[in-house]
Amino acid sequence: MRIECPICGSRDRREFYYQGAAVAVARPAPDAGAEAWDDYVHLRDNPAGWHDELWHHEAGCGAWVVVTRNLTTHEIRDVQLAQSVKEASA
Amino acid sequence: MTVGMQMRFSALKILAEGLTGNKGWTAHWRDPQPKPEYDIVIIGGGGHGLSCAHYLAKEHGITNVAVLEKGYLGGGNVGRNTTIVRANYGLSGNSEFYSHSLKLWEGLEQDLNYNVMLSQRGIINLCHSDGQRDAFIRRGNAMVNQGDDAIFLTPDALQKMLPFLDYEQSRFPIFGGLYHPRGGTARHDAVAWGYARGASSRGVDLIQQCEVTGIDVSEGKVTGVQTTRGPIRAKKVAMMGAGRSSQLAEMAGMRLPVESHVLQAFVTEGLKPCIDHVISYGAGHFYISQSDKGGLVFGGDLDMYASYAARGNLPMVEHVAEAGMTLMPMIGKAKMLRSWGGIMDMSSDGSPIIDRTHIDGLHVSCGWCYGGFKAVPAGGHVMAHLLATGQHHPAAAKFRLDRFRSGRGIMDEEATGSQHNLH
Repeated sequence: MRIECPICGSRDRREFYYQGAAVAVARPAPDAGAEAWDDYVHLRDNPAGWHDELWHHEAGCGAWVVVTRNLTTHEIRDVQLAQSVKEASA
Repeated sequence: MTVGMQMRFSALKILAEGLTGNKGWTAHWRDPQPKPEYDIVIIGGGGHGLSCAHYLAKEHGITNVAVLEKGYLGGGNVGRNTTIVRANYGLSGNSEFYSHSLKLWEGLEQDLNYNVMLSQRGIINLCHSDGQRDAFIRRGNAMVNQGDDAIFLTPDALQKMLPFLDYEQSRFPIFGGLYHPRGGTARHDAVAWGYARGASSRGVDLIQQCEVTGIDVSEGKVTGVQTTRGPIRAKKVAMMGAGRSSQLAEMAGMRLPVESHVLQAFVTEGLKPCIDHVISYGAGHFYISQSDKGGLVFGGDLDMYASYAARGNLPMVEHVAEAGMTLMPMIGKAKMLRSWGGIMDMSSDGSPIIDRTHIDGLHVSCGWCYGGFKAVPAGGHVMAHLLATGQHHPAAAKFRLDRFRSGRGIMDEEATGSQHNLH
């Protein structure tokens, strides 16, 4: 698997660390309540299809990226800087 | 088609059939049409679903039950694992459950009249630092306190048992090993087939090629399922779909605390007997045993990203092979024959969930991570208990769905509690 880093270009998957579903771009407010925080920390959509996920280019530029990847085929459709995704959704 | 068609397996029967052309063997289970309604519908004809059906029928006398399987019986993870059976957990919650499971394993062949080839060859977990040795001794004490067996082996004792390990690796020398003599392996397919036969012969309908496409809920209560073979009404439904649990839960409008990951396993060509135990490497992710056919069966870590692809990528193949060569250089001359991947429902604390849901009558068993096979007897047994009595079995009382929200996680096997793949 290769990931198209927005800064470094196409790189081997081994340069990246997988963190999980990209829930952190929409983190609940500190006072959002126990249910919202349980939902954020533990519960996942876990789709058998397209999935937004956070990867860290730890052996490269150090950027956090949101990778849109198909979990049944491993095809990657889109890679964005996590910062840009967060700003766009704000 | 009668329910009571089941033959008994025995040495005499094998001898008699062998002398008469093996013409007397019959199908191990019936192939029924789905009925319009059952008392209990189990979604998933894998190890846990079939085991649950067997114990519902045998221990609780509940036989108006269907097991719905979208593929064929035993075609999922129960036929794709590395067949290890063990009760070597250290935390309350898991300890009593896996201890319960190992005891069921030990009586399973008599219970099922089926040869599951349980081989209690012993498991040895190797340690490679002072801290890891202390942690293993503590875990061994916990296992003994639970009533199971654990022996700490010094490097001298290990060298007599496992002369082929590289004890003096410059980076990770072997400090000792935690030996669990009652652990071992079992023939995975036979476990599924034995439970299927046990359930079917008591009247449970095992329905293959029947994919659940919807879960019917009315006024907060489950009423049945929609399937590719038509709607089926049910008073109770148990979702036992392993790696596909999230898709089932979504049909009921639920999200689960699991993420599905791929775990690879490998087997070499058949060799003469050379590895007598199940051995795990404590300084890298690698574990190995030798099958009865002679192949070395081994595996390592998750590929570490979410996946439903049932196949892995090459970086983990390389990592597992490197770890194996570091630990036991002798396997370097064996040719790897096949590799495969299974889909693991990874819970965020590394422990499973066996519970009711907020929907009346709807139950869930999931979060088996990469350890569902050894749990097959107990996982089905305690779910059958919950379905039949409405009470949690004492051996599985802590596997609650709400434990993440309430903070009562069971963080075994180095789990973090929030990231689903980190344990």
